[in-house]
Amino acid sequence: MIKAILVFNNHGKPRLSKFYQYFNEDMQQQIIKETFQLVSKRDDNVCNFLEGGSLIGGSDYKLIYRHYATLYFVFCVDSSESELGILDLIQVFVETLDKCFENVCELDLIFHADAVHHILSELVMGGMVLQTNMSDILARIEEQNKLQKQEAGISAAPARAVSAVKSMNLPQQIKDIKLPDLPQAIKDLKF
Amino acid sequence: MALKMVKGNLERMFDKNLTDLVRGIRNNKDNEAKYIAQCIEEIKQELRQDNVNVKSNAVAKLTYLQMCGYDISWAGFNIIEVMSSNRFTCKRIGYLAASQCFHPDSELLMLTTNMIRKDLSSTNQYDAGVALSGLSCFISTDLSRDLANDIMTLMSSTKPYLRMKAVLMMYKVFLRYPEALRPAFPKLKEKLEDPDPSVQSAAVNVICELARKNPKNYLSLAPIFFKLMTTSTNNWMLIKIIKLFASLTAIEPALGKKLTHPLIELISSTSAMSLLYECINTVIAVLISISSGMPNHSASIQLCVQKLRILIEDSDQNLKYLGLLAMSKILKTHPKSVQTHKDLILACLDDKDESIRLRALDLLYGMVSKKNLMEIVRRLLGHMERAEGSSYRDELLYKVIEICSQGSYQYVTNFEWYLTVLVELILLESGSRHGRLIAAQLLDVAIRVQAVRTFAVNEMATLLDTYPVTAAPNGTMQEVLYAAAWIVGEFATHLEGPERTLSVLLQPKPVAGHIQAVYVQNALKLFAHLVDEAVRNRDAAAIDRYCQKLHEGLRSYLSSADIEVQERASSVFFLVALLRESLGAAEQTVSLSGLLEITSDTRTGAPVEVGDEHISNSMTNDTSGYTCAAWDEIEQIATDLQGLFVSELNPVAPKAQRKVQLPDDLDLDEWINQPPPSADASSTDGGSSDEDSKFPLFLTDSAGRSGAGGERETNDGGGGSRSYKRIEYTQEELDKMRQTRLLEQTNNPNYLKPAKKKAPSADCQQQHDGYDDIPIAEIALEVPLQIHSTKRSDKYLMDADRSTRVFVGKGGGSSRKSKGEKYPKPLHVVNTVIELPEGAILSDTEDKNNADPNDPHRALDIDLDAPFDDDYPADMKRKSANAIQHHSMMLLRDGEVGTNAKAITRTDPIGPSKEQYLLRHGSRSSSKHANPTIDTSIVLQNHTQEKQKKKKKSSDKEQSSSAAIKKTPNANEDTMMLMIDEEPCKTEQTKGAKGRTKKEDKDGAVANEELEETKGKKKKHSKKSSKHHHHSKRNEDRQKAGYEEMPAQAAVGNEAGRKDAI
Repeated sequence: MIKAILVFNNHGKPRLSKFYQYFNEDMQQQIIKETFQLVSKRDDNVCNFLEGGSLIGGSDYKLIYRHYATLYFVFCVDSSESELGILDLIQVFVETLDKCFENVCELDLIFHADAVHHILSELVMGGMVLQTNMSDILARIEEQNKLQKQEAGISAAPARAVSAVKSMNLPQQIKDIKLPDLPQAIKDLKF
Repeated sequence: MALKMVKGNLERMFDKNLTDLVRGIRNNKDNEAKYIAQCIEEIKQELRQDNVNVKSNAVAKLTYLQMCGYDISWAGFNIIEVMSSNRFTCKRIGYLAASQCFHPDSELLMLTTNMIRKDLSSTNQYDAGVALSGLSCFISTDLSRDLANDIMTLMSSTKPYLRMKAVLMMYKVFLRYPEALRPAFPKLKEKLEDPDPSVQSAAVNVICELARKNPKNYLSLAPIFFKLMTTSTNNWMLIKIIKLFASLTAIEPALGKKLTHPLIELISSTSAMSLLYECINTVIAVLISISSGMPNHSASIQLCVQKLRILIEDSDQNLKYLGLLAMSKILKTHPKSVQTHKDLILACLDDKDESIRLRALDLLYGMVSKKNLMEIVRRLLGHMERAEGSSYRDELLYKVIEICSQGSYQYVTNFEWYLTVLVELILLESGSRHGRLIAAQLLDVAIRVQAVRTFAVNEMATLLDTYPVTAAPNGTMQEVLYAAAWIVGEFATHLEGPERTLSVLLQPKPVAGHIQAVYVQNALKLFAHLVDEAVRNRDAAAIDRYCQKLHEGLRSYLSSADIEVQERASSVFFLVALLRESLGAAEQTVSLSGLLEITSDTRTGAPVEVGDEHISNSMTNDTSGYTCAAWDEIEQIATDLQGLFVSELNPVAPKAQRKVQLPDDLDLDEWINQPPPSADASSTDGGSSDEDSKFPLFLTDSAGRSGAGGERETNDGGGGSRSYKRIEYTQEELDKMRQTRLLEQTNNPNYLKPAKKKAPSADCQQQHDGYDDIPIAEIALEVPLQIHSTKRSDKYLMDADRSTRVFVGKGGGSSRKSKGEKYPKPLHVVNTVIELPEGAILSDTEDKNNADPNDPHRALDIDLDAPFDDDYPADMKRKSANAIQHHSMMLLRDGEVGTNAKAITRTDPIGPSKEQYLLRHGSRSSSKHANPTIDTSIVLQNHTQEKQKKKKKSSDKEQSSSAAIKKTPNANEDTMMLMIDEEPCKTEQTKGAKGRTKKEDKDGAVANEELEETKGKKKKHSKKSSKHHHHSKRNEDRQKAGYEEMPAQAAVGNEAGRKDAI
């Protein structure tokens, strides 16, 4: 079982938090903070597993994380999950995000936190891994987005126009933080 | 209609949407909280509107704010509104918000049942999908019960997407509503062979989660999993299956043999590291489980260890970590094969990665031997000095203690070394949270290793003196003072400078209350010891000095805020006053006879206290004729004092209390005193308002207690609370009473009075003077108190090294060299005799698998292969209960819901003995030792008669401890329960074994038991005899080697002993 999935940046700002066990908001923030402190002080060339984390942990739990450019993807799992399997799952998750947002960067996660949640819910449900096949995941997401678009239809057009105007103020859509090119080797490794 | 919608949209297009909110927050970094508060106000406005789109926009924003740490549960009702929208877009937003902020205890959830049911049966599969995803995060018991059927229906939906989600969802339902498991199980099993691989994977996932906690109930699925494993190509699923097999083989070793081949095939064929690793892991599990039955397993273990070595040596830190992790699994059963890779593991201790170091530390536990313990601990201490991060240092500290104390200190050869290490740890880690642990170790060693006591006591005296009390406030290191004070007091006879230590104990220090209490108590013990010695020497002056010292030292404790300290201090205080009283008498007479000189200033310098007044009184009253009598009295008091602490304290087994037999005539439910008549209580209750105004201090809500308070006030009346209630005092009367009371108090020596007669400065001065009298005893330590670069504990290591070298050099031609390796001889023997009530036997295994009572999996321990007729599990339970009554009796007692009382395959000769075991340990251990209900076609065919016999033997061994317990009826609850159940169990056993005749079986069982008993006894004997052997061997060695060849530590020990004698 996965107990929690956290995504935060190099400064510990949460970009996604999904808890599969109830904690109140204060506790959640504390967990994020503690996890960030644990993870951020580790070098990039050490292993991706981490024990401890008194708040969320317990002896059976482990933090498994990956660090991509400015973002940390942290999964808190118990012993029923395979460590390397979860690492692969994180990879699948990030690749899916990359496909959905076309060259994903931190800003995408910031402005589309809900979309990230929807993508995640196709991978993991209630703390259990639902689907690991990326093409299946993408197909499901695509279908749901289509459904959403259909519903919006003509009525959403003005809103879209307005938001387009609003977005113009943005100093371009800087994709300042690019994810590194994912190593081909890992793609070959996928399930 | 469309126009209206467009209009609505036009209206809201200037509302903030989620993107605007995020942008706004980013633009207002300086006053984020204020901006968000403003946004929340806007959101509240939006939520009040009718348009569901506006609402869903607001809820989407709230979801974002929730991630930032804002509580949004106040919007719960609006979230439900959005969830119930017909539009998928809104529904999605609503369910997402719900999954983030609802939890199983939310009261709002009862509103959602019908809505969710509607969504589940929606024609749009994504409506249902979103509902399932959301529900999985907040499902409650009520929802599980109400929706279980709907979700079950979805399990056979035509859409694989829904089937997959529904299957996973069922696991959540089981957790909250265990009764659903039985009816749903057949369907779940079916899904293992679903045409869609994702559904299959989901089903495997669910069963793996279920089987992880209760593996025995899923043994029957082994053939299906086996087939899946050999045919599937989905790595994710394969990993799950392989992990599942690892837990199944633990309870059914026969499965392992079958598995080895395909697993090894997988290892060679797969390119996925994750799968490879899990395969290795499971092979290890298999090898561990079948090790008892297979003689040639050591080669396979070697193979695994070799493979893991490759992993550990890999440059990928992840693989290194996992390799070490798997290694620790092997370590538990095959420590020998891991020990050969000691070099590798010790190298990992220096790794820059903390996770890897921690794993290596775990392995270290199995690496130590008598020979290398000192070396390893030295390295760990070195690490501790360098390491950063308190939690890692704490872990190191814990490991040092763990590896030293394992197996009753079986690897510690020199306890002086160990104590030095402990003291070093104390000084090194003042902020540690393992203070209690170290304290326990200190106590344990001091009590159980008698030979090292002198050293321990003096070491502790130094520690008490030098420990800086201003340690980190959050640490528990102060606890060691507790242990130190106790050791110093309890074994005062070993102290070199008892008087000095006494004054150390009496120095006021800012330590916690319970430690101060121990200080006071042990100051008394020390005092008793000192006085005893002084009495023997007829040294009245010394006694007087001690009394004085104690009286002065106790002053600060008398005013302690801790009630316990205060109480103990005042008890001691008056005990000493008593002694001084008789001392005063003796002194006078003794000085008359010229035996002793009493300087006048000791008399005048004595604190003017109640006791002194009495002394002077008694002195004037007493005449010299009472000399001898007074001395006798002093002696009497001294021996009495000493008598308080005289008997030896033995270590007590951890569970000894539980094993004390309940006396037959003790009924714990009976009233000890007759309960107060209820009428009386109610009347006091009625008068409570009256008391309220006068004696608020003693007033409580409960009638009984207020009655007691009343009695206390009128303790001479004896009329009880009724009479008390009527008494009314005027102000004059009250004043009068107060004055008489004060007068009474001044005459009563048992009341503490403010020391008015003496100025505080004088007090200080005097205290100071008192110190000048103290002869400062030189504590002869061979080692300096400061920590140099080479630590104190290193000395022992160097000594050991030196002695080894000497030994090897000298004993060149001796017979012992042929052994090759020489293990250092233990210098001290650990006292393994532990106090237990008569007849009870220590059983460490008792509650090893004491599961978390809140674990929902406990309720899921349901036998899924039992015949199942209808939808009511309760009926089901009753049925099986009829069949095997005693089983369910036990289950009910343990509060288990499940019915794992499945009939055992009787053709299996292991059956009876295993069952016996099950019965003995009750359902507590049932998850570990389960009935072999596996499909016989695949697994049991491999059973050969011979192998079973072997297995039986091994299981007999396991049972020996439990059998031993059985010998002592009523020793604990478990056995009590067994006594009751024994008869049906036996009959069941005989009924069960179809293959044999009844008589044979009975005889067999009896013989079996006898065998077990004798084995248990033998074990005990062998332990004892080995100890004797140890002793005698040591002596022999000494004689043979002569004193020149003795290891240096032994010499140190002797010296210490001699010093004590001097």
